[in-house]
Amino acid sequence: MSSLMHSIWTVIVFIVFIGIVLWAYSGRRKKDFDEAARLVLDDDKPLSSENKTNKQNSEEQS
Amino acid sequence: MSDLASSEQYNYKVVRQFAIMTIVWGIIGMAVGVTIAAQLAWPVLNFDLPWFSFGRLRPLHTNAVIFAFGGSALFATSYYVVQRTCYTSLFSPRLASFTFWGWQAIILAAIITLPLGYTSSKEYAELEWPIDLLIGAVWVSYAVVFFGTIVKRKVKHIYVANWFYGGFIITVAVLHIFNSMALPVGPLKSYSMYSGVQDAMIQWWYGHNAVGFFLTAGFLGIMYYFIPKQANRPVYSYRLSVVHFWALSFTYIWAGPHHLHFTALPDWTQSLGMVMSLILLAPSWGGMINGIMTLSGSWEKLRSDPILKFLIVSVSFYGMSTFEGPMMAIKTVNALSHYTDWTIGHVHSGALGWVAFISIGSMYYLIPRLFNREIYNTKLVETHFWIATIGVVLYIAAMWISGVMQGLMWRAINDDGTLTYSFVESVSAMHPFYVIRFLGGALFLTGMVIMAYNLAKTIAGAKPAVAEVPVPVAH
Repeated sequence: MSSLMHSIWTVIVFIVFIGIVLWAYSGRRKKDFDEAARLVLDDDKPLSSENKTNKQNSEEQS
Repeated sequence: MSDLASSEQYNYKVVRQFAIMTIVWGIIGMAVGVTIAAQLAWPVLNFDLPWFSFGRLRPLHTNAVIFAFGGSALFATSYYVVQRTCYTSLFSPRLASFTFWGWQAIILAAIITLPLGYTSSKEYAELEWPIDLLIGAVWVSYAVVFFGTIVKRKVKHIYVANWFYGGFIITVAVLHIFNSMALPVGPLKSYSMYSGVQDAMIQWWYGHNAVGFFLTAGFLGIMYYFIPKQANRPVYSYRLSVVHFWALSFTYIWAGPHHLHFTALPDWTQSLGMVMSLILLAPSWGGMINGIMTLSGSWEKLRSDPILKFLIVSVSFYGMSTFEGPMMAIKTVNALSHYTDWTIGHVHSGALGWVAFISIGSMYYLIPRLFNREIYNTKLVETHFWIATIGVVLYIAAMWISGVMQGLMWRAINDDGTLTYSFVESVSAMHPFYVIRFLGGALFLTGMVIMAYNLAKTIAGAKPAVAEVPVPVAH
């Protein structure tokens, strides 16, 4: 009995995973995900100092 | 972009503490590693001192680099990332402070007990039961601080790096608690609750998921925050990162049996472990591609930015060792590789190339920001990068050659069925490679010392940075 339960559970987990993949790749999620990806870049301060550092580095190199 | 700032400030104190200890423990843990590499090449260096012998120092090395160096890097970066991406300060600063001091106390306890020979003899879980209890307390506090911060976030979405950190925190708690179940018979002596092959299976369920969640998921959290930040570009595919997270979580947990091929473990369990290890290649490489392709369209940044070099090369090593791992999990390959130096080479291409490189990159990013300073000398970062890269390559190439040679010598059989080589012949054949491995490790350690000098100069005389929590940008 318990091995049957394990088999059923494995199939359920597999279906859940397929569901997650379909959800992640559905067109409706695209806008939200793009926003989420921008989220880390939108907090002001480190970004500006970062641009400066990058510029300085490339100046040093050239 | 908004100039509005709430009066709330980020808690950088605990991040600073862990970041600085990352460097300190990195140097100590790797110095012990170089010491034991020298002992293998020149056994006289054991000096006939029990506490200084290879067998006692080796678990000290693994614990120091994984839990002290890697652990501090994970605490530092996760506390930083969860605050910044949730636009809020850390939940319960006092509990966060407890995780710092508690974690340092655990490391000190390891430094004292392991050389004295107190060990539960479980690999990567050697510490005895009182220390295990403290680890449990610190880890639960860590979970409370981390998830408490997620709960009080000011933005709706939970950024993908936090999913990886969160998965790592929960899984490590479960692994540690179940693998450490033991019956104490004295203040520093206990027996595992499990016996025989069950004990072995629980141990490698723990052991491989310590690799999968401590050394992989946690550091993927670093990848998903610090590569986009340093490159100033959003992650290549956010939807791939979501699938990456769930695929890793569903798959990794099954791979442990590949550590027990050709043992008393039931054959079907070994085969299952092998198949799941092979499947693991897909999410691993999906994640690697996602990390590296984040730079797509601005590859020129790699030429000028040594921090980005550390981060991107680390992900390349991640791809390499997650290809090698599934191959070694195939039973026929494992028959050659198991118990040889090939395993040590594989571990270090992951541990030095992936885990240490991404930690180093994130520390070069983090520490100047925590003290509001520019890096003292960017050229030294470049020097560090090249010395460390040569060190890793020497190390893993030496171990590959030595390992395959060992495997071949051990199974070489004469026509009459006798062994072609005695064991000691394979030992003496390994000697030159042990010397090369020592040199590679010494180079890597030298790079860490350069980093410590550079960052010490960076923060010398600097005041701790104070950062106000910005108001999230409305879309």
